[in-house]
Amino acid sequence: MFDLTGKSALVTGASGGIGGEVAKALHAAGAKVALSGTRVEPLEALAAELGERAFVCPANLSDPASVEALPKAALEAMGSVDILVNNAGITRDNLFMRMSDEEWASVIDVNLTASFRLMRGVLRPMMKARWGRIVNITSVVGQTGNPGQGNYAAAKAGLTGMSKSLAYEVASRGITVNCVAPGFIATAMTDKLNEEQKAKILTQIPAGRMGAAEEIAAAVLYLASPEAGYVTGTTLSVNGGMAMI
Amino acid sequence: MSDIADRVKKIVVEHLGVEEDKVTETASFIDDLGADSLDTVELVMAFEEEFGIEIPDDAAETIQTFGDAVKFITEAA
Repeated sequence: MFDLTGKSALVTGASGGIGGEVAKALHAAGAKVALSGTRVEPLEALAAELGERAFVCPANLSDPASVEALPKAALEAMGSVDILVNNAGITRDNLFMRMSDEEWASVIDVNLTASFRLMRGVLRPMMKARWGRIVNITSVVGQTGNPGQGNYAAAKAGLTGMSKSLAYEVASRGITVNCVAPGFIATAMTDKLNEEQKAKILTQIPAGRMGAAEEIAAAVLYLASPEAGYVTGTTLSVNGGMAMI
Repeated sequence: MSDIADRVKKIVVEHLGVEEDKVTETASFIDDLGADSLDTVELVMAFEEEFGIEIPDDAAETIQTFGDAVKFITEAA
């Protein structure tokens, strides 16, 4: 099950905790992987760790030209792009009344608009191949809201609506579009929280612990697999029961 | 029939799975040949590759029939 031999996957944010594990899981299932991110060093370290079938495709997702170039670079490196995982994301948290236009725009640009452009960029080869898998990493915050994250929640909820719309359009072409919505996962992004904040969050998680990046990667692997061909337009929540939606 | 028309017809027949004699000069991809809107996008993509041309979106919208396609490609190629 979940054999990706012969498939090629582009993963954004592969220098981060979740993106790195996603790349590893897809690679372990036999896929070629194009690792994208802004910081080249961790990407190259990961590519070296993976060995064959791993390619480094740096991109700055806040730069439209860089976003447009990424699918082409991945296509050149791997020969095809069958799987796209939009994982890259940034936060610029602030209370709503204090949030600047810049904080709003930068999060929407990277988390929502870049994902749109990347999806548009990989559709042509997927349509021709009559096979494609797009997995967008959203967040429990896009489903429930979170104080201080109006921009981030808007981008993630926007990604969900966009995914469903595209899922309608391309379902007849063998292309699925789904989301994985992580809850609180132990990564650099959540390391910033202090012990008190973490303890408070844990009281709201029925599983009583934070999730691991590997647990997100497993959900992505499923949705990227041939076996998930009849699953589209959905969100798979991986949140320890924090929000049962 | 010109070479271009033959090649366009071949793409249309293969892509939409219609009988060759249904693909007439005035046959509308959507109304007569059963294409949906995504099929028309894919046809344009196929024409671009077959003939090595770029068909901008506003031009693509004017290509409604087999005859439109042949005329546009003849002028562009």
